[in-house]
Amino acid sequence: MNEHTVKVFDDELGQLRGLIAQMGGLAEAAIEGAIQALVRHDLEAAAEVVQGDKRIDALESEVERLAVQLIALRAPMADDLREVVAGMKIANVLERVGDHAKNIAKRVVEVEQANHIEPLSVLPAMATVASDMLHDVLDAFAARDAELAASIGERDRAVDDFYNSLFRALVTFMMENPKSITQATHLLFIAKNLERIGDQATNLAEMVYYAATGEQLGERDRMDTISGK
Amino acid sequence: MTDNSLPATKMSARDVHVYYGATHAIKGVSIDVDQENVTAFIGPSGCGKSTFLRTLNRMNDTIPIARVEGDITLDGENIYSPAMDVVQLRARVGMVFQKPNPFPKSIYENVAYGPRIHGLAPVKSDMDRVVEQSLRRAGLWEEVKDRLHDSGTALSGGQQQRLCIARAIAVDPEVILMDEPCSALDPIATAKIEELIHELRGRYAIVIVTHNMQQAARVSQRTAFFHLGHLVEYGVTSDIFTNPRQERTKDYITGRYG
Repeated sequence: MNEHTVKVFDDELGQLRGLIAQMGGLAEAAIEGAIQALVRHDLEAAAEVVQGDKRIDALESEVERLAVQLIALRAPMADDLREVVAGMKIANVLERVGDHAKNIAKRVVEVEQANHIEPLSVLPAMATVASDMLHDVLDAFAARDAELAASIGERDRAVDDFYNSLFRALVTFMMENPKSITQATHLLFIAKNLERIGDQATNLAEMVYYAATGEQLGERDRMDTISGK
Repeated sequence: MTDNSLPATKMSARDVHVYYGATHAIKGVSIDVDQENVTAFIGPSGCGKSTFLRTLNRMNDTIPIARVEGDITLDGENIYSPAMDVVQLRARVGMVFQKPNPFPKSIYENVAYGPRIHGLAPVKSDMDRVVEQSLRRAGLWEEVKDRLHDSGTALSGGQQQRLCIARAIAVDPEVILMDEPCSALDPIATAKIEELIHELRGRYAIVIVTHNMQQAARVSQRTAFFHLGHLVEYGVTSDIFTNPRQERTKDYITGRYG
């Protein structure tokens, strides 16, 4: 990628990418932290995740401010314009990913007895798949890697499978142990939070793909279908 | 199968080459200019966009060492054919230049000059109507109607440029070529010209050369990017500015050129 004639433009785009990478790192850490806090029933760690979400929110505002400034002062065009717009949208989605992690962390205090519930053991594996998707989509954004972005959506199926099997397991568990309904419901909501994170990583992949190529990911799929690939 | 939604082609160039002596300035440009759309030519200095614009009404004929090859048609008629009356052609394909260049005559006479030499309005009342209509279309009437006999050169730069547009319109052209029409104007006068271009769209096919990419993005529906005498990319303006197909176009419009 050639540099811009106006060097400060490159600096500002770099700053935008840096802020997004930082948000992404914090969101990933929040998912990991919330799940670990849940498994270990570590209330202090859970409180840290809840507290840490404020930093993600602040970064989102920072990204928005910088993106608006870039559009106003640099009048970005073509791939630059797509990247700035995508950056703003990505920050918005990462903020919501942070909220999901925060919601999981908030439930830690409620699921004291959850260790008795076997399906809990599946949640860390599910969280890892969702969090890896998020990690890779941010790498794809940083590298403008359309192929990597295009490959991420498929992995959401694994997250959905986790969710569906957890759903069945938890419902069965509740029917067998009515006393556990409150606990199991919390776990079901946690599973739903993780499932949403997988969806959001998929949405992010679509944004990254568009920013990199100027085409919608869906359009390409349709064209592949038409040409019989 | 014919797609009826395709805009009608007003002017068409096929494999056009322009030489200035030994210099090969335009290298095989083929392009269709729509009747309904404003077409912008963009590109770095020396890319040939103004040279190519000037082939569309044979302004290069005035340069002795210039030589034009290839076909350029207006409504299917070859404008370089010996049968073509160049004076008539320039009435049909009008031009507005970078620097406003009103004649050192009254506002009225500036507009009336063209219709008079073309014998378009033999009666004075007809001429008054043509002058008023042209000044109205150029968005200048309200500002000058009480001083039509003041000198055109006494107007502000932006008003002078709109006077030149009125002068071009007065002979009822089919195509208006604009070569950097706003580069000598302040932003407000520029905005008025851009609004005027928007209003004139549809009535005339308009081709504008501009160094200002934002201006091309604002006023045109089709954009052509020229580089080193080649037409690199030509397409729908919103596509060119959000998703150009050619690397050279992208580098230029994103400010990575050179």
